Order: sequence, then C-alpha cells, then structure tokens
Amino acid sequence: MGFGHDADVGRMDELGRLDSPVHRLDARVKALSTIAFLVTVMSFPKYEVSALLPFVLYPVTLMAVGGIPPSCLFRKLLVAAPFALAVGIFNPLLDRQSVAILGAHTLSGGWLSLASIAVRFILTVSTALTLVACTGIHRLCAGLEQLGAPQVFTIQLELLYRYLFVIVGEGARMRRAAELRSAGRGALRLRTVGPLVGNLLLRAMDRAQRVYQAMNARGFDGRVRVLGTTALRAGDLAFLAGWIAFFAVARSVNIARGLGAFVTGNGL
Amino acid sequence: MHMADASLSPAVGGALWAVSAGLLAHCARRVRQTLDDTQVPLMGVIGAFIFTAQMINFSIPATGSSGHLGGGLILAILLGPHAAFVTLASVLTVQALFFADGGLLALGCNIFNLGFFPAFVAYPLIFRPILGQARGGVRLWAGSVLAAVIGLQLGAFGVVLETTLSGLSDLPFRSFVLLMQPIHLAIGVAEGVATVAVVSVVQRTRPASLAVTKASPLVALNTGRAVAGFLIAAVVIGGGMSWFASTRPDGLEWAMDKIRGSEAPARLNEGVHMRLANVQERIAFLPDYDFPAHPTAAASEPARWPLVSAGTTVSGLVGGLIVLVLAGLAGYGLRRRQTAV
Repeated sequence: MGFGHDADVGRMDELGRLDSPVHRLDARVKALSTIAFLVTVMSFPKYEVSALLPFVLYPVTLMAVGGIPPSCLFRKLLVAAPFALAVGIFNPLLDRQSVAILGAHTLSGGWLSLASIAVRFILTVSTALTLVACTGIHRLCAGLEQLGAPQVFTIQLELLYRYLFVIVGEGARMRRAAELRSAGRGALRLRTVGPLVGNLLLRAMDRAQRVYQAMNARGFDGRVRVLGTTALRAGDLAFLAGWIAFFAVARSVNIARGLGAFVTGNGL
Repeated sequence: MHMADASLSPAVGGALWAVSAGLLAHCARRVRQTLDDTQVPLMGVIGAFIFTAQMINFSIPATGSSGHLGGGLILAILLGPHAAFVTLASVLTVQALFFADGGLLALGCNIFNLGFFPAFVAYPLIFRPILGQARGGVRLWAGSVLAAVIGLQLGAFGVVLETTLSGLSDLPFRSFVLLMQPIHLAIGVAEGVATVAVVSVVQRTRPASLAVTKASPLVALNTGRAVAGFLIAAVVIGGGMSWFASTRPDGLEWAMDKIRGSEAPARLNEGVHMRLANVQERIAFLPDYDFPAHPTAAASEPARWPLVSAGTTVSGLVGGLIVLVLAGLAGYGLRRRQTAV
C-alpha cells in the first residue's frame, strides 16, 4: 500500500457514477461475464501467449464504450505489477528447455511462461478495474446481493467504502502533521505510530457512533436501499451470451496464430 | 502477501473461492445472530480504519526497512473472529477492486490466507489463551507477537501451497518456502508489536471501547480451550521448526545445476508433490480442463511440450500483433462513435 490512494479512490468513484451503455448494463451480467473471462484466461496452459491476446478485446471494449480513460487504470497496473510478477520472475532461470525457434534464436520455456504470466496479469487486472470503473460500488453491491452474497457482507462493503473517504482523509492529515514535526526523517518510528494509529481508531469509532445515530434518525434498519434495482433486459442477456461465446471461441481456436498464418501464408 | 490472478490456476482459485465464500456465509450468519445492528456501522468504520492504517508506515529498528499494520489480528481483538473475518474480507475486496491489489479470482485465496488464519487460528487459539485474564503487560506482548507471527507464517505457507498447486511458477516448493517463511517471520513480529501499540493506546485512553462488542477479547475464557490452543500452537511451532530443520538451503544450488544443465533436474519433495498432485486432482472442478505441467511431470516426460516450428512462432507473433492493433482500433472507433452521439 502506497500513499496517495485517497485521490485514486475518488477517481474510481467518479468513473463509477458515469452514465454509458456499459454502466447501464445489469451489474450481475457484468460480474458473470467478467468471471467467465477470468476463468477462461486462467485456464490456458502455462506456455500460452499468443492465444491469450484476443482476450484484450473485452477490457478494451468495456473501457471504450464506458468512457474509462486507459491512463487511469494503467497507473494502477504499474503499481501492482511487481507483486504479480514476483512468482514468475525466476522462471527463465529455472526452466531452460527450448520451446520455440525464431530464426537463429531459441526461446526457452521460462521466458515464455514469464511472458504468459505477464499477459495474464495485464488482462485480469485491467478487467477487474474496468468492471468497477463502469459499475460503481453501489450497483456492484446490489448486484452481489442479487447473486446471493450475504447481506451482512454487502452492507459491510458499502459502509466500508463510504467511511473510506472520511478516514483516509483523517489519516492523511494525522500523518502529515506527524511528519512535519519529525523533521523529515522519512518513515515514522513505531513509538510515534502506535499512538497515532490508536488515536485514529478512537476518532474513527467516535465518528461511527455519530454517523450511526444520524442513520438511525433517518430510519436505518440494517439494510441499505438502492434506488432503481434493475431487472434483466434482453440487452443484458445478449451482452452475456455474446461475450461467453467469444471466450469459448477464443479458448478453442488460437485466433492470433490463425490470423498470422493467414497473413504470412504459413499453413498450420 | 496478496496473491494475483496471474499466478493461479482456476482449480486452485475456484476451490479457495468456495472455501472463503462458505466461511463468509457462516460468519455473516453468526454476526447477524450475535451482534445488534449497532455493530454493522462500527465494522464498516473499523474496516476503513485498517485500510487507512496500512498506509502509515513505520521504520523497523536495525533493518532499514519499514512495515505497516496488517490488520487481521487487531480486527479479531476489536470485533471478535466472525465480524473480523467479514470485515477483512471486505477490506481485501475493496483492495482488489480499486487498487489491483490481488485479483478477483485470487480473492478467495487472499481472504483465506489473510483472514482465516488470524481470525480462527491465531486469535482464539494463541492470543486469547496467552492473554488469559490479563489486560496488558507481558502477556499482551507475548500473545500479540506470537499470534501475529503464527498467523502470518500459516498465511505465507498458504501462499506457497496455492502457487505451487497452480503450477505456473517454476519456483521449487522448497525454495519458495525458504523464501517466504523467514521474511514473514520479521513481518509477523512487526505486526505483533504494532498490534500491542494500538491496543494499549485504546486501553489507556478509553478502556470501555474494547468492551464494545459482546465478542470482546478481553473477557474471561475457559481453560479447556486454552489447553487446546497451546497444544495446537505447539504442533504448529514444532511443525514449523522441523520445516526449517529438515530443509537444506539447496534450492539455489539446484537451480544453478539446472541452469548449467549438468544434471537432470532432481525430483525434490517427490512425496509432497505426489500428494499435492493427488489433492489437485481431487479438487479439480473442471475435470477435462488442461492443467499446466507439473514440475515432476515435466521432469519425467520432457517431450510433453513439442518443439514448435519457426513458422508457427512467426504466425503467432504476427497474428498477436494484428490482434492488438485491431483491438486498439476497435477501442478507438467505439470511443469516437460514443462521443459523436
């Protein structure tokens, strides 16, 4: 976790409230097609790279139609990359078996599997981020509940999200104040951080008490109501069926290699 | 310690999803039964608090590195195990969805590794028995540090197991264990110390706050559970120690041998791998699904992956490039049309 996430949450929240054909789709449909996408992408064998590429069409389409600027997601992708690639980084050293020949060069299995992990990472992460950016937390929670997630969990998710802005702001202020007083020594000492975080917790709990009283005064009964829960429309089902059909085709046929063979004239 | 989708197979990801979803449903039911609805907003706030606290780094003395609060243990101390599990699951969900920290299918693994072990092993079986009736002092220190360390060790071991079962990383099981466990030993100590720091501040300034929930930790507990806890702790520590004792640090030597090609890859942990392979077969929920080659399988049948001809490689490269260009153009076109409308 780095610092400066607070601004980022706000950005995702703004994107989630946009209005576009993708935003108007039923949240359940988007969640299901995204799960189908993830399972298909992950189901490819270890050394597959080219057959994975056509799947980029799914996040690209959602981003384009939903009006999500790719740069916004790209930054998050870069931040998360080291963690995801750590498990595959030794593959080129450990797996030296040659699997492909390109002119005078042979390609070892390790490099290929590392490339495969990198492509999988880009596809899965950009898709998950796109899903949220063109759904928004409220519609997502409503969809999750309609799909059978426990209500305690969806309410928890929704409340966590609402308080996040408040408490992240509070934490950022406290941290800045502590840093200003510690004359630029970088990371704070534990002796400072203990009371700092403890006080943040106390403030947060006080705040929760006040917010809860305010919610009660407005008739809160343990449920968060969402305006305009949607019924499934024909367009939603067509979206789901269309994408699942595409994933099935792209899983069974290597579209990229087929195209390449067609262009270069290499028979398969 | 967040795992990513890229290193998981659907069988492992799906199985852990099922496990975590089941646990979540169970915990949600328990929270419903035992807590009144005052607790629901409190859980939301404390979740947001954990999220925020993770942004505040502190320096770890004598190492030059820094750490931050992980949160599983402190959530269990403040809310009790069931509410803590629900809260941690929601924190991890938001991290996965908004920050690309972990992935959607890896979410099951992450919730299990970071939520189950602190809430249902470290807290009830280690922290509470050690703390006993005490409210602070040595017992709080010992309980927090030991619980945090063991919780994280188990979580890190979960990461290793899940990654190895998925078969996408070539890291040998033994090297990976030797890489993960010691690092998380240090992180666990830091987490334990941070937990003590936060709990003592709350105790000192507002002792009543810790009794907010009925499942508050700082209440009496029965001795039978304490004995069971110590037994399990002993087994875990014993097991953990024997792991370290029985493994020679030969992972790198093995890797170097393989790089030089001087000897056929040694079949490390054959027994373990066989057992894991059996487990994998049993938990496979997509039976005719094409599994990634297992390290042992690759060693025994090197011809499994056929040498591809240069023609197919070139076709793959050219085709991939075309697909990417087409996808980019499609995105651009769709976007133009949308703004034009």
